[in-house]
This record gives sequence, C-alpha cells and structure tokens, in this order.
Amino acid sequence: MELSIASFVQIFVAVLLIIGLMVGNAVVMVYFERKGAGFIQRRPGPYEVGPWGTIQAVCDSMKLLGKQIFVPGNVDWILYFAAPILAFFPVLLLFLPIPFGPYLTGLKVDDGILLILAFAGFGVISNILAGWASNNKFGLLGAARAVSQSIAYEIPMILALLAVVFLSGSLNLSEIVENQGSWPWQWNIFVQPLAFFIYLVSMVGETNRAPFDLPEAESELTAGFHTEYSCMGFALFFLSEYANMLLVSFVCATFFLGGWRGPFLDGFWWTFIKAYVLMLFIVWIRWTFPRVRFDQLLNLNWRWLLPLAIINLWITAVAIKFFD
Amino acid sequence: MDRLNFINPFGVRYQPDMVSGDFYTKNFAKGAAENTIILNLGPQHPSTHGVLRVIVELDGEYVIRAEPVLGYLHRMHDKMGEVKTPWQFLPNMGRVDYLHPIAWNWAHVGAVEMLAGISVPERAEYLRVISCELNRISSHLVWWGAFVMDLGGVTPILYAFEEREKINDILQIVTGSRLTMSYFRFGGVCADADDRFLKLIEQFIPYLRKRLKMYKALVTDNVILRRRLENVGPMGLDICQRYGATGPILRAAGLAKDTRRDIPYGVYSKFAFPIPSGPTDDCYGRYLVRLREIETSLLIIEQAISSLPDGPIVIPKAPKPTFKLPAGESYFAVEGARGQVAVHLVSDGGKTPYRVKLRAPGFSNLSLFAEAARGTLLADAIAILGSLDLVIPEVDR
Repeated sequence: MELSIASFVQIFVAVLLIIGLMVGNAVVMVYFERKGAGFIQRRPGPYEVGPWGTIQAVCDSMKLLGKQIFVPGNVDWILYFAAPILAFFPVLLLFLPIPFGPYLTGLKVDDGILLILAFAGFGVISNILAGWASNNKFGLLGAARAVSQSIAYEIPMILALLAVVFLSGSLNLSEIVENQGSWPWQWNIFVQPLAFFIYLVSMVGETNRAPFDLPEAESELTAGFHTEYSCMGFALFFLSEYANMLLVSFVCATFFLGGWRGPFLDGFWWTFIKAYVLMLFIVWIRWTFPRVRFDQLLNLNWRWLLPLAIINLWITAVAIKFFD
Repeated sequence: MDRLNFINPFGVRYQPDMVSGDFYTKNFAKGAAENTIILNLGPQHPSTHGVLRVIVELDGEYVIRAEPVLGYLHRMHDKMGEVKTPWQFLPNMGRVDYLHPIAWNWAHVGAVEMLAGISVPERAEYLRVISCELNRISSHLVWWGAFVMDLGGVTPILYAFEEREKINDILQIVTGSRLTMSYFRFGGVCADADDRFLKLIEQFIPYLRKRLKMYKALVTDNVILRRRLENVGPMGLDICQRYGATGPILRAAGLAKDTRRDIPYGVYSKFAFPIPSGPTDDCYGRYLVRLREIETSLLIIEQAISSLPDGPIVIPKAPKPTFKLPAGESYFAVEGARGQVAVHLVSDGGKTPYRVKLRAPGFSNLSLFAEAARGTLLADAIAILGSLDLVIPEVDR
C-alpha cells in the first residue's frame, strides 16, 4: 500500500465514519438489548421516552455526559484516566480493515486479521489498568479474571480464524470475502462448521458477555473492573464493550458468513445484516443463561475449545495439502 | 497507612493496625494468612439480598474464611413484643419475614391461643392452611428467582414475580395487603373467603403446575445451572444438626423433618402430602427440595379447597384488644418457608407478655454458611449464601 495523500484522506474519513458507527451502534444496541431483554422477560422495556422508547438510549448517554466525575481516594490518577481511553481508541483501528462492502473498506491491508488480533489485545490492558488503578478489591479481582479469560479465549479464536485463513490462503479480509460465494452454501461456515462454533463461543468469551461475563460478574464482583468508574469513564468502557461486540460480529460475518456477499445482490447491507443478527444472538444468550463459574470457564476453553481448534486446524491443513 | 501497600494487597500481609476499617474488619484481619486479601461483601452488595454483610478472606478466588456480620436490620421485634400487648404486636409479625408473613402470623397467634386455651373454628383453620401455603409458594418463587439471579441468570426472577403477583392478588382479597399481611386473629382469621378467592385459586393451581414444568425445562435442567450447583456447598446431616438448621436445608440433607408432620398444628393432620427430602445435600439438592415443596403446597391447597367446611371464621367471644394473657408459658412452632418458625411467650398475667422470643429459622441457617463456604470459590460462596434462602429482616429481627 502506498502512503499517498489519498490514502491518508481515506483513513481519516474511515476513522470518522467508524466513530459514528461506534456511537450509533452503542445507541442502537442499547435500545435493542433493552427491548430484547424486555421481550425475553415479558415486560415492555423502555417505552416512555420518544416513540416506543427509541430515544431512551440517547437520553441516557446525555445523562452520562452530564454526570460528575467521581474519583475515589487513593487511585493512581494517570492509570485511572488512561484505562477508559485505552479501552476506546484501539477499537477505532480495529474497524479499519473490515470490509463492510466491496468498496466500503477503510484500509485494504494484506495482514488485516493480524492487525485486528494485535490491537484487540489493548482491551485487556485497559481492563487490567482500570481494575488495578481504581484501588478497589472488586476491581482487582475483575481485572485478574479479565486477563486470564482474554488470554484463554484468544487462542482458540485465533486457531479457528487460522483454519479459514488456510482455506483462503490470505490474511486480507477483503480477499477472504471474495473467496466465498454469494449463496449460503458457498460460505465458509459450511466448510468449517467446527471453526465457526469455536469462534462463536470464543467471541462471547472474548467480549466478556454473559454467560462469560466473569470480569464484571454482577452478583460476585458488583461491577468488576469498572466498579469505581462513573460518568464518561464508565461510558467509554460501555462504548468499547459494544464496539467490541460489533467487531467480533463483523469478523465472524467476514470469515464465516460471506461478508458483503449475499443472495441476489452483494453489498454492504449483507455485512450489516449478518453482524446485527449475531449481535442479537449475543443479546439473546445473555438474557437466557446463568453465568458459568471461573474454573468452568477456563476448563471449557483449555479442555475443549483449544484441542478441538487444533484438531480442526490440523485436519484443514491435511485436507488442503491432499486435495489442492 | 501506606498507599503503596494498599494498592498491592497481594504482596503485603495484613496487620490489624494496617487495615482501615471498622471493628469487624480489624478483628477478622487478625487471623489472616499470608498473601490473602480481605474482602467486604455487603452490607450493600447485589447478592446479599438486603443488608447482610459477609467478610471473606480470599486467596485468589478461593474463600479461606467467611464470616457473616449481622445487625444492619435489627428492629428489636423481641423487645417490642414485651412492651406491646399481643394485639398490638400482631402487625409486627408481617414485618419480621416479609416473604412468608403468614407463618409468623400463625406462630404468634398460635402461641397466644395455646396460652389462653382458645380453640379455632374449623373454617378458620382451613383458611389459615390455604393462605399459609399460598404464601409459602410465593416465598419459594421469590427465592427461586433471586437464587438464579445470584448465579447470573437475570430472567427467571421476572417470571417468578409474575407468579407472585398472582398469589398476591389472591391473598389480597382476604388479607387486604400484598406484602406485610396480618390476616390471623386470636381465635380465627379476620376475613372470610368469597367465591372469587376460591375461583382464583382453582385457576391458579393448574396454571402454576404448567409453569413449573416450563421452569424445569428452562432453568432446572440447564447444564450451566447444574454445573454451578451440583456438589457445591454440601451440608450434611451432621453440620445441619450442629447448627440447628431446619426447613429445606435439613430436608435436602436427607432428613424428612417437617413441623407440619412432626408437631401437627392446625388441620395439617387431615391432609395427605409428601415431605420432599434429599436427594443430595448440595446446593442443587436444596434447589430441588424447594421446587418440590411448591408442588406439595399446591397439593395441600387443592385438598383444603375441596373440603373447605362452612361455619364461622372466628370464635364468638374472640379476644378484644384489651385482652390479657393468663400467666404461663407457651411455645408454638410452625413450618415456615425457611424452616421452623416459632414464638416463645412467657406471661406473668400482665397487660404485655413478660418475654417474647422469636425463633427465626434464617438465623440458624445462616450459621452454616461460614463452615460451608470455607475452601470454595467466591462464586460458589455466593451460590451457597443464596441457597440458604435468607431474608435479612428475619435473621436480624
């Protein structure tokens, strides 16, 4: 890729659009999550503010902006304020290589998935900093959980993605999409069902969502690593959580579900439809299942997902070697 | 205290004078082992159901010691019983345990009736059984929802409350209130059941049976829930008897002991009902016992409704508010949702009783926690705490 003014402008515009997407996604997803929870729990959900409660999330974010920043005593000021910023900003980079549509891609790099996986690690650093710096034992326990959970679930996630990379022969997300067909049976999910399943479980574990929401387990650790955050500090964690959900959904759509390829008419709408169906799936399981215990969470990963992912990768490699 | 040490709790042994905190934390810190942190769960914590405070010593995620601290909701109910006449004390009983107030009504009214030698009309006895069992169901349902919420499943509590609302709608007809019910009177009950009351109950029984099937399929058989509960926090017969645990905890340990059967009161001896016990003494066993008890209660209500006799609901010369207890002593125990609920009255013949002792099952059951939680994971300790079905106002009284 050449570094020209045009590419800088492209990246600049892409980052602006991504910020819009992140904030818009958080607002939309909060609404859908609360309505979805309401549907599952047989109650209406938000309905007071705006038609069908649609601007409830906007009002909530306004409220968060107007809150006083409360800093508990004895915090490490630099780390305490660095943590939410660190949680938020890497996500901007993470969306750059995602091919939303045939032309709607922020940055067509050859190592797209490497970039995503590398910068996704920042999320953990922000969690551990938040838990450590806020001088709270609940936060500390949450941070310790966040680290071991992220490390555990990144490995099968990478191995599951690698199987698809082997098939496509490319780390470039745009090429991976182009290698899949328009119809569902031409997508990677039909070649790699096991990898898809492993990715699906790891993606919930990676984004700290229930039933794997151990770092912020409400009934045990009150709010985990962001116990002591209020106002925009909390809002940034919140934004980055939803952005991370969206990111793993986009990666899943790109790798396994054909990305912007879809029946009848290819285009960015297919990426968004697939990603948001996955998001609703995450919401659905959050409100359905109880939380797993921490040792069970790690057992599930190290005893099942990781060996399965390795076997899957090995079979894929052998199959490519013999049949290509 | 040194700021660095506070930020680095793993590296520093807690010395009593180093720990900021109150009397309890400082005392607890005296016995702390190397490389542990002392964590204060509560009194404001999402899973202590009110204002219970538990101090735990953690080695990583493992609980080394745990100690409940009580008294944040102490309202001196025992003392109030000594300065109020039995009539004035009656509304207090609905406030001791807000989830199963009818059992406390019954314990107090029963103790007074036992002392004064009052017998209760047949219809009133049946209405007492019906209201007490309905109330037991609603108590168990709230426990069920709150317990699954402790485990991280947020949805069941809303379903449980939907059922509880229906029970409240029914009980409201006779008791006049939805939470702190004060339905019993000395020598009977205060309001008669009308047709609407009986019809609603008849509709409710098959409805709840259908829902219980759904809960079994959705929650009880859920693999995550079973993994969280099975073999967690075993409380064998030995520990139960040492601490005086009663109710579902004791029955889950395998001993089919139920006050309704052992010391029959009211008209319970006329009904045929099983006493669920076992199969395991872990959290899952206690969970199953409580769910089976809902079915038992439905069975009792069904029998009571079908054989409800006609007649007065209160004895002709019922005690008036100026009623004086004869001198003497009485102890009346009933089976509450959490175990044996009892009131011990000592009267010297004066206007107010000389001494009132409320036996709260939650208090004895909570005593098991410290021993059962030792060596478990923090998440397990929360599950054990939830499986004890604590109502803090009742524990503290």
